Amino acid sequence: MTAILTLSHLTKRFGNAAALEDVSLTVEPGERVALLGHNGAGKSTMMKIILGLIPRDQGDVSISGHAPGTQAARDLTAYLPENVAFHPALTGAEQIRHYLRLRGDDPAKAYDLLDRVGLAAAADRRIGTYSKGMRQRVGLAQALIGAPRLMVLDEPTSGLDPVSRRDFYSLLDDLAAHGTAILLSSHALTEVEARTDRILILSGGRLVASGTLADLRAQAALPVVFHLEPRAGQADAVAAEFDGATSEGHRITFACAQGDKMAMLARVAGLGDRVVEFDVQPPSLDDVYTHVSRRDGR
Amino acid sequence: MITRILSTTTTEFRIARRNRWVTITAAMMVLFSIVLSAAGSAPTGALGVDRLSVVVASLTSLAVYLVPLVALLMSFDAIAGEVERGTLPLLLTYPVTRGEVLLGKLLAHLGIVSVAVLLGYATAAVAAIAVDASALDGLPALWRLFWTSVLLGATFLCLGYAASAIARRPSGAAGLAIGLWLVIIVLYDLGLLAAIVSDNGGAFTTRVFPWLLVLNPADAFRLYNLAASDATAAASGLAGAAGSIPVWHPLLSLLLWPVAGFGLAILAFRKVQP
Repeated sequence: MTAILTLSHLTKRFGNAAALEDVSLTVEPGERVALLGHNGAGKSTMMKIILGLIPRDQGDVSISGHAPGTQAARDLTAYLPENVAFHPALTGAEQIRHYLRLRGDDPAKAYDLLDRVGLAAAADRRIGTYSKGMRQRVGLAQALIGAPRLMVLDEPTSGLDPVSRRDFYSLLDDLAAHGTAILLSSHALTEVEARTDRILILSGGRLVASGTLADLRAQAALPVVFHLEPRAGQADAVAAEFDGATSEGHRITFACAQGDKMAMLARVAGLGDRVVEFDVQPPSLDDVYTHVSRRDGR
Repeated sequence: MITRILSTTTTEFRIARRNRWVTITAAMMVLFSIVLSAAGSAPTGALGVDRLSVVVASLTSLAVYLVPLVALLMSFDAIAGEVERGTLPLLLTYPVTRGEVLLGKLLAHLGIVSVAVLLGYATAAVAAIAVDASALDGLPALWRLFWTSVLLGATFLCLGYAASAIARRPSGAAGLAIGLWLVIIVLYDLGLLAAIVSDNGGAFTTRVFPWLLVLNPADAFRLYNLAASDATAAASGLAGAAGSIPVWHPLLSLLLWPVAGFGLAILAFRKVQP
């Protein structure tokens, strides 16, 4: 498969400060890629370069073989900016009709699109009366125009309630199933964890990690944490079985390296009925993220 | 391309209507026309020209202030406003060129200026013809005033867009627009007047002055409307000044200014990084 989006050795400086430093990556059709990083890590800058809104200093960017910002690249790409805004005097339907015409699409599809993001009832109200979450949905509706090949979404779920977030990710799943490549940035690590295929971590303008969550866990080599709940009266005896175990109330907690996970599990199983409840907790994306961005000098 | 431009025009027109710009500009032009028609009704007999020509002469002096002002008020927010609202980055990721965006806005705003001017002038014409049938003779002059006003409006709309793109903030753009109006419409003429007085009929007055007059779009507008009609010139009492410059000079200036202004606006807009 040929990649929809290819960045090779992309570098961008603002004055002396490097916003992006030698970033290379590809996004394949149907792939959902999450871009993570602190504020100022270069996420938005990278997106704006991909969209052709700001020029790059070095390196190459290609959207299905087209340079960013060209008519062909813009035809293939949809964008949802962070804190998307529209003119308050227009209604949702008027705004979407305008965007449909700009893409050479049929303006009659406006109500359909607004219906897909759950805004059908408010379609004929002025955007000035919308809540932040509703504006975000208008933004999403415009990004769905014309089944784009590449979607660039900057903090797309900010301002959405949990139910809307779930709906939003199922829309993305549909699009990805039809071959749309999706690059989204987010602060909400837990939701990205479950709903994307690959995770990229930017830190200080450098791409410091790339892969599935499992890959990243392995790379970070963070310990796996076990929680045990021993039978009454067995707490001290059980705690003594494991090095570095701490007990807190009737809960015992200890950790082991990724590679020792299975052996440790066997030992826990060997405890038999001395344990009533147990739980294994792999390092979360939060842990991985904190570890990776700290390691790189943050 | 046409669809994209016209869609921008429709959208901008809708926004201007909801922001009451259409109503405000039309009401302003009609109101001033009525006031001028009432005030300018006295001197017809003495000059031997029809009533409408007199009104056209008054309207010319009015339009030269009002049309640029209205055009600048409508255009200063065009790009700076999009930057401030944060709507520009998204717009520029669409397959639409900056030229198309600007042209779409220009068509909408120029349409509003034209309607306002047309309503104002029509009011003046009806008022004049109602009391003096011979005022029909002045219709060609009124028509000329109309389309030159549209050209003058286009010029200042484009200059307003350029100011908007250069300032990138609505407050700065507003200041720049008012500055432009003050310099081109008011101070320019005052400066020329001062230069003529001190020159006392020398080379500046005979050689340089006519060119400087033609170069300013507002002066070109005034000159063309006065020079093209003897009756209007007589009514305005400026026949001498207007007669010394060939009519096509100010006309060419009026035609070229909107083109130059649009070019300037596009250049400035291209430099805006969202």
